[in-house]
Amino acid sequence: MSKKFTSQLEHDAYVEEKKKNRTIWGVIMASSLGTLIEWYDFYIFGSLAVVLATKFFPADNPTAAFLSTLATFAAGFVVRPFGALFFGRLGDIIGRKYTFLVTLLIMGFSTFLIGCVPTYETIGFVAPVLVLILRLLQGLALGGEYGGAATYVAEYSQPHRRGYWTSWIQTTATAGLFISLIVILVTKTSLSAEEFDSWGWRIPFWISILMVGVSYIIRRNMAESPLFAKAKKEGKTSKNPLKESFGNKFNFKFVLLALFGAVMGQGVIWYTGQFYAMSFMQKVMNIDSAQVDTMMALALFMGTPLFILFGWLSDKVGRKPIMMIGMLIAIIAYRPIYKTMYKSVNIESKIVAKNGLTEKRTVKVHAKIATDSLITFHQEKIFTDGTLLKKDSIVHWAAAGPIIKDGKPEAPLVKEAITVNPDTRWLLIMLVFIQVVFVTMVYGPIAAFLVEMFPLKIRYTSMSLPYHIGNGVFGGLLPAVATYLVTSGKDAGHAEWYLEGLWYPIVVAGVCLVIGTIYLKTKNKSLEEDEVVESPAASVVENPVV
Amino acid sequence: MDSLKKILGIVWLVVAAIVAYYGLTVFGIPKVMSEKTDDNVFGWIILTVLMPIIVGGLGIFGWYSFKGEYSDKNS
Repeated sequence: MSKKFTSQLEHDAYVEEKKKNRTIWGVIMASSLGTLIEWYDFYIFGSLAVVLATKFFPADNPTAAFLSTLATFAAGFVVRPFGALFFGRLGDIIGRKYTFLVTLLIMGFSTFLIGCVPTYETIGFVAPVLVLILRLLQGLALGGEYGGAATYVAEYSQPHRRGYWTSWIQTTATAGLFISLIVILVTKTSLSAEEFDSWGWRIPFWISILMVGVSYIIRRNMAESPLFAKAKKEGKTSKNPLKESFGNKFNFKFVLLALFGAVMGQGVIWYTGQFYAMSFMQKVMNIDSAQVDTMMALALFMGTPLFILFGWLSDKVGRKPIMMIGMLIAIIAYRPIYKTMYKSVNIESKIVAKNGLTEKRTVKVHAKIATDSLITFHQEKIFTDGTLLKKDSIVHWAAAGPIIKDGKPEAPLVKEAITVNPDTRWLLIMLVFIQVVFVTMVYGPIAAFLVEMFPLKIRYTSMSLPYHIGNGVFGGLLPAVATYLVTSGKDAGHAEWYLEGLWYPIVVAGVCLVIGTIYLKTKNKSLEEDEVVESPAASVVENPVV
Repeated sequence: MDSLKKILGIVWLVVAAIVAYYGLTVFGIPKVMSEKTDDNVFGWIILTVLMPIIVGGLGIFGWYSFKGEYSDKNS
């Protein structure tokens, strides 16, 4: 049924509104797809950290190898601010569209090439060096991508719906992680464990090149942001965005406020809920990695729509209250949540079922030293609540007897994998989901918040830097720092060693909460050019409304 | 609120100084000198990445706050 209009004016307004909505959806789809793929590329590395540790680093010390992998993973985060500076500057001078086309291509090729690097066993130390270089390129590309996409969408949005529209961009990071987990799961289930371990882990990296190709074609056909195009036409873009952003005290103080009052806390909450939860279940609770992937994917899937909800709500009640409340609840809830997670799977408190123990011993010739053997003691325990524990103790046995290290027989390499029962599985999914809710509260409104903090001519540069320091550095280093704190707590014999890693996000988010609550304003700010959009006759205001 | 921000400015400057002290003497240099790989990785992260950002950034932020740059009049 067609809509009836009482006047020509009403009809024209309706058509105009429809046209605007169609345009903004096109912009959101094209921007989000590319950003989603970049997040996918970036997180594939983190999702496969446990496998990559065995491929690109020496196998003698698994903890050190895992930490080195996390450090390489973190290196990608650490260079993100440099990408933000480099590409942010380009975006403010050349334009948003061309800049994020370049970042997309760099990301796609780097990811594809990580999947082609030979292992440490084949080329030695060149392998981790190559992976590190490609990881750095990934970080640089991502540093330039997000600010561009957020700015691009925000500059198309109507002022009163900016939180809602930009929240679609905010879903892409979680969706990228979700898709990376799904791709890994599908690859794992389509191949045997040996095939996946031997070459199958490369497939998720190779798939990226196809997705980037599609996204490139879509983005290539997009137009430049109308506000930027207008400013460029009028010669009002910045000649030196870096100087204007960071050399000008008026802007620089807001860069610092954005970092310490919002993004730093948001970064650690994001990475606690979506990455540390995963590595905690795998490395501290020893849950089977495929089961962890499934649980994470479900929790992320359930939580993702909430980005939109909180983005929309931030248009009504303000960005600050939602972000600060999210931070506060997260700080209070983290310890009880992780304690419950750990206790739910702690096998020391469980009883082995009757006939629930099976043991097997296998002997294989050592792959490198033909006279030596690898003896594997395989043990399976089923507990009364249905939990299954698989434990492999691998001992290297030389022709003359056990390998002696520091005067003692070498300790066996122990690998444990726990498969939890359905009740515990749902409990863990819900506990991760709660953490994803915190993530959506702090992250949903933040693109609109950052965009509104800086003026058009230096927006890309100014918002990208604090975002990538907060997320990339404070958040990205979280898995490495938290894993270290847990290991140190365990070595020192602390009673609740498994909770030690949480001190890092709690302290960082705590400082951020205090700064944000006191220094940030509750009322949403308008973009300087909003007045221009609302009334085309008005001239562009030079100073930002902050 | 403006006077609270001024007082907090001093707090952030003190926090930056404390982080610098512990970052160097407890978490940074001793861990970097350690023979354990785990300690090494952690030490370098603290010394080269987190500490400079926290000490430098929070220090400048505290200074601006103390000087009244974040007062309602100036923003």
